Amino acid sequence: MPVGVELTPLWLTLKVAGVATLGTFAVGVILAFLVSRSRFWGREGLDSLCTLPLVMPPTVLGYYLIVVIGRQGWLGRWLQETWGISLIFTWQGAALAAAVVSLPLIYKSARAAFEGVDPELENAARTLGASEAGVFLRVSLPLAWRGILAGVMMAFARAMGEFGATLMVAGNLPGKTQTLSIAVYDAFQAGNDQTATILVMIISGVCLTILLVSGKALKIKYM
Amino acid sequence: MTKIKMLVVLWLGALVLWGAPVHADQELIVSAAASLTNAFPEIGKSFEKRHPGTKVIFNFAASGPLLQQIAQGAPVDVFASADQKTMNQAQEKGLIAPASRKNFVSNTLVLIVPEKSGLSLAALKDLASAEVKRVALGNPDTVPVGRYTREALTQAGLWETLTPKFIYGESVRQVLDYVSRGEVDAGFVFATDAAIAKGKVKTVTAVQGHQPIVYPVALVAASPKQPLAQSFLDSVVSPEAQEIFQRYGFGKP
Repeated sequence: MPVGVELTPLWLTLKVAGVATLGTFAVGVILAFLVSRSRFWGREGLDSLCTLPLVMPPTVLGYYLIVVIGRQGWLGRWLQETWGISLIFTWQGAALAAAVVSLPLIYKSARAAFEGVDPELENAARTLGASEAGVFLRVSLPLAWRGILAGVMMAFARAMGEFGATLMVAGNLPGKTQTLSIAVYDAFQAGNDQTATILVMIISGVCLTILLVSGKALKIKYM
Repeated sequence: MTKIKMLVVLWLGALVLWGAPVHADQELIVSAAASLTNAFPEIGKSFEKRHPGTKVIFNFAASGPLLQQIAQGAPVDVFASADQKTMNQAQEKGLIAPASRKNFVSNTLVLIVPEKSGLSLAALKDLASAEVKRVALGNPDTVPVGRYTREALTQAGLWETLTPKFIYGESVRQVLDYVSRGEVDAGFVFATDAAIAKGKVKTVTAVQGHQPIVYPVALVAASPKQPLAQSFLDSVVSPEAQEIFQRYGFGKP
């Protein structure tokens, strides 16, 4: 029995949440911009789909993910046969689960932020000869930045705490997929209350730090 | 105004309806090892028939977490674990009535592979081959079947070699699920679990080199329903129950 607590779960959690947030950032912002700026068939459906993970139980999402990316799943089998990649029981799988669960948080705040941007400003940029990509990168995105950043912070925090879908997809492999929240559960189940207490203190400290730092960062941008 | 009044009345009504405790009958809560998931409900049903007005509620999980729940004060009346170690821990902590403790079934540890597996495994040592990428077993800290597996693999000198391939399940049924879904190449479960998943998994071999697998059952010391719990315990060791257990592949204690 280790007397000190292994810090591996902490680094692993930061890695999983970091990669998940990078992924959801790109996907969420692009989808949010599309839905808020253009009118196309299936727009409402896409909006609902992006919000769904917010209201569905993580275990249901975990089940869907296993059905899709498991070794027997249609995408999982293709990945396995074509590239030899298997996401189940890997930290990449944990990151995918965390990304799916935290996508709505970035998507929702980015969409609200884009809708708060005055279309006149975008049109002005167009009359001055800016391309569509230029309008997005130099007008819409900078103006919506604060709202998107708030969404990123929320998504990162949610990804860090993700438990249900992660446990189903990535399992509980110490050193490989055992994130902080799963390590707490594992220590408690095994009756290692001391380990559980230390892990709970660590995760509380990290969350508090994120909140304080993000609060400061957002305030400075305000002035 | 009247609309608001009606809303308040509806709200109160709903609160009373849902909040009121449902006074049906006597309930008996039995925490039992995950490997008993199929056999125990049958025994519960026949017990309910003989004790009208009693409802037996089962709580299945790995024995380790069940012990933790009881230690944290879960309102459990009877505890059945899949190993002696967990029950010993319960006894040391004063959680069970030691005089009531009885062994009621035995089991066998087996190595299984998915039904459609293309691997040609015949013995434990074949797990070391490069073809075998993932091996599922119960988490040895909390799941009895994992503890037996660790003993057997340590005995065979394979524990260290195979460690990088291990996928830990939170109960024997999770290990069974991993194997039947084909997410892992092989796994260690009880013979009774492998029998439940016939058509999805194949048994490679029975595994030796571990302590005898004998399940104990005991009354939880804090249970306020000792007489009822005792009669359930008696029914678990009765010849009729033994017949049910044997049908599911359990052995005599």
